[in-house]
Amino acid sequence: MSTIASLTASPPIADRRAEPSTAVAVRAVSKAYPGVEALREVSLDCPAGRLTTLLGPSGCGKTTLLKIIAGLIKADAGTVEVLGRTVCGPGPERAFVFQDFALLPWANVVRNVAFGLELRDVPKSEREAVAAHYIAEVGLKGFETKYPHELSGGMRQRVGLARALAVKADVLLMDEPFSAVDEQTRRKFQEDLLRLVAQERKTFLFVTHSIEEAVYLSDRIVLLSRRPGRIWKVIEPDLPRTLSPDQIRREPVYLDTVEAIWQNLRQYVE
Amino acid sequence: MDILGYRLPASASLLLWAALWELVGRLGLTILVPPLSGVVVRLAEIVPTETFQDALLITARTFAIGVAIAIAVGVPAGIAMGRSAIVDRLLLPWVSLFVSAPLSALVPVTMVLFGFGETTVVVTVVLFAIWIIILDARAGTRNISPSLVEMAASYGAGRWQAFAKIYLWAALPEILAGIRLGLVRAVKGVIIGQLLVSVIGFGYLFEIYSSNFLMEHMWALLLVLFAAAFTLDATLGRLEKRFDYYSAVRG
Ligand SMILES: Nc1ncnc2c1ncn2[C@@H]1O[C@H](COP(=O)(O)OP(=O)(O)OP(=O)(O)O)[C@@H](O)[C@H]1O
Ligand SMILES: [Mg+2]
Repeated sequence: MSTIASLTASPPIADRRAEPSTAVAVRAVSKAYPGVEALREVSLDCPAGRLTTLLGPSGCGKTTLLKIIAGLIKADAGTVEVLGRTVCGPGPERAFVFQDFALLPWANVVRNVAFGLELRDVPKSEREAVAAHYIAEVGLKGFETKYPHELSGGMRQRVGLARALAVKADVLLMDEPFSAVDEQTRRKFQEDLLRLVAQERKTFLFVTHSIEEAVYLSDRIVLLSRRPGRIWKVIEPDLPRTLSPDQIRREPVYLDTVEAIWQNLRQYVE
Repeated sequence: MDILGYRLPASASLLLWAALWELVGRLGLTILVPPLSGVVVRLAEIVPTETFQDALLITARTFAIGVAIAIAVGVPAGIAMGRSAIVDRLLLPWVSLFVSAPLSALVPVTMVLFGFGETTVVVTVVLFAIWIIILDARAGTRNISPSLVEMAASYGAGRWQAFAKIYLWAALPEILAGIRLGLVRAVKGVIIGQLLVSVIGFGYLFEIYSSNFLMEHMWALLLVLFAAAFTLDATLGRLEKRFDYYSAVRG
């Protein structure tokens, strides 16, 4: 592994503990669709309270892996443990944020955000109070009674994020959540996400196509190889989080990590 | 419609045809077509009678019960077919067969099974209405975006919750379209059923009028039925439009 990334350095921000426990442990997971081998013996760890990114060429099985962890797809072989328990289906300790938002078009923002709680039969007043809190948290105050088609893509994804936060899951699984929003919104989103990671002490597992986004956001980046997806490299960018976003993006450690990952991925493009 | 630069309302063409009917009737070309004015007079005459009221009541009741059964069974069946490959493989051949089959031919069979009464008419209504309701509910369910289904699963929705809180609503535009078509078919069903059973409701009246060559009565009855079917369809069409807004945005 290159010198710009280190597996042992302690994170610079105090509330990120030096030795986090493992929240998600994937052990030798394989998965084949009819005629397509998507994942081959993938093993990885996501440290608790941190943001781990899955990065890899298109079609390498990132979504498949995330859905296996979510319990939406069954693996052919291998196991997934979340917070020490083996996954055999969806569970309340995990929440999924969908690339295409997956909001209920006939429900307003409050009902959408509260929907996970509604499915758990939480009383209406209680779940709407929780929803109101997270609607404010993701910066959608004032849009409570709007319907999804009245919102921009970025705002819809905030609803999706608030819905995932409202069920108070410990692990958030996000499949390219920002790919459908414009660059400005994306930057704003990234800042909000970093704040959430620091504040909510949840474990985030994040899929993205963007090397810059991965490096900027992640405590740990898992590089997957081309299909069938295997673990190619694990990189831990150690960014000085105390600096401003623009300063971070000019830091040598940021630029070098981006460059190193690009060199790794380039083999697939050429 | 524009005539000589004047803008005519849509009902103008209806007036034109009414006038033509009156003319043909007055010419006395055939006993089958009495003048419209006579029919209208007869209409005002028979509507308040007890026989007519009874017939109307029976027709409305059998229609409502039949439609209620067709919806209550058809929508869940269609959704189940849309969600489950096994159920679909099991039921689709039958549904496709019946949706285009000449169902009037089956009415005598239901008559043998259920006797000469309201039950047969109700069964006929169900038989006419249910298949298109099933097919449309199925199509709507198959259109539901896969991520919505995954969302329900990932947030722990049970079968019943997913049905009542997601599938039903996501497929609602198609379901309503199916119900609308089903109702139009149900009108056919209730009339054909009554005509063939011919001892209850409007079927009974038709039987009396036609065997006594009471053409004005016949036409009056037909006007009532056509108007009722048209109003029903228009009302549902308007209802359907109100749900259109999210069928475009549901993705
Ligand atoms: N339901 C399915 N049936 C058959 N093949 C599938 C199915 N889902 C995914 N695949 C295939 O499996 C491979 C991995 O898919 P997956 O969606 O996990 O990749 P991905 O890394 O998320 O890709 P992308 O970056 O494009 O989102 C792809 O080649 C895809 O075509
Ligand atoms: Mg994907």
